[in-house]
Amino acid sequence: MYDGGKILTGLIIGIALFTLPFWFNLGKAAKIPEPKLTPKAEKAKFCVESKEYMQAEHMALLDKWRDWVVRDGNRIYVGLHDKKYDMSLQNTCMDCHSNKKKFCDECHNYADVTPYCWECHIEPKEEEEK
Amino acid sequence: MGLNRREFLKIAGVSVMGLGAPTMALNALFKNQLNASQISPNPKALHAKRWAMVVDLKKMNKEIVEKCIKACHSIHNVPHIPDKKREIKWIWETHFEHAFPEQAHEHMDEVLEHIPVPVFCNNCENPPCVQVCPTKATFQREDGIVMMDMHRCIGCRFCMAACPYGSRSFNWQDPRPFIVKENPEYPTRTKGVVEKCEFCAERLEKGLMPACVEASEGAMIFGDLADPESEVRKILRSRYSIQRKPGLGTRPAVYYLI
Repeated sequence: MYDGGKILTGLIIGIALFTLPFWFNLGKAAKIPEPKLTPKAEKAKFCVESKEYMQAEHMALLDKWRDWVVRDGNRIYVGLHDKKYDMSLQNTCMDCHSNKKKFCDECHNYADVTPYCWECHIEPKEEEEK
Repeated sequence: MGLNRREFLKIAGVSVMGLGAPTMALNALFKNQLNASQISPNPKALHAKRWAMVVDLKKMNKEIVEKCIKACHSIHNVPHIPDKKREIKWIWETHFEHAFPEQAHEHMDEVLEHIPVPVFCNNCENPPCVQVCPTKATFQREDGIVMMDMHRCIGCRFCMAACPYGSRSFNWQDPRPFIVKENPEYPTRTKGVVEKCEFCAERLEKGLMPACVEASEGAMIFGDLADPESEVRKILRSRYSIQRKPGLGTRPAVYYLI
């Protein structure tokens, strides 16, 4: 190999530079968020669907709800244990999950998603954390 | 080159798996879908084949119009923007000659000339705004209400150009700072969407009459136009009524008694 030493040094420097962000952030993984329930949500025992379903598919549920409500004019949802709910993000979901910062934002920030629900839907008034 | 039994079975087996794969993939994709059995009708909701409004101009005065506007705009989080070019309105007051340019002339009787006319979306039977909307963000429900789906509105304002009544307003800016007092039960709008009166579809669903009807002290009547025994039909049978720009063929669902 001609100029082997130079090429290898260049390669090593190149790789080091390229992977710099990984070295830089090594061992500094963001903490996995643990969404907290409000006392009211805790007391309700169950959500509109199972916890596992809501964790994985709440966005699909909300998407379906908005079509049912806005486009079809249906507003009552029959959820777990045949309990009936008003299909409303603002009035039903956020009534129990009134701790948006802890319950919604923490995970959404972690997953780097920015749902624009709150540009129109009014979020619950929360007291600033001390 | 013939197939022997063993080769034939191999190919057949692979083909059957191939046929099954799309179904499995689709099942995996839709396994968490909700279905329509999970919605239930609301027994309290008001239903009609064709909702319509009758405005009795004989009973109208400034005070009542003001009350109707206030009721509507406070419930629906309609911002108060002083700049006329950017203002948002669902229901507003105008002069007879502006509401009914075809009927008005320079020697009208004095009552009509000075009467405050409340105007709002006509929820037309043949709505031009619905025809032009490229995303179906504005659409007509089966009961005749012309609805807005804010989730779909892209703010192209074709509907505003199409509406001959100016019933639609565009959010040139974030409306939130201009909302006097937020109603936490109703959403606001965001920058870049068009909004208008929807005959209080969300209140009908709860069994309530539209906000303006409730505030109007009997000067506005709301009901089913398809039912010959409804209050709106009875009134329309017995009194002389006019509509806004009927010649355009939009077939408004708002009637004015003069």
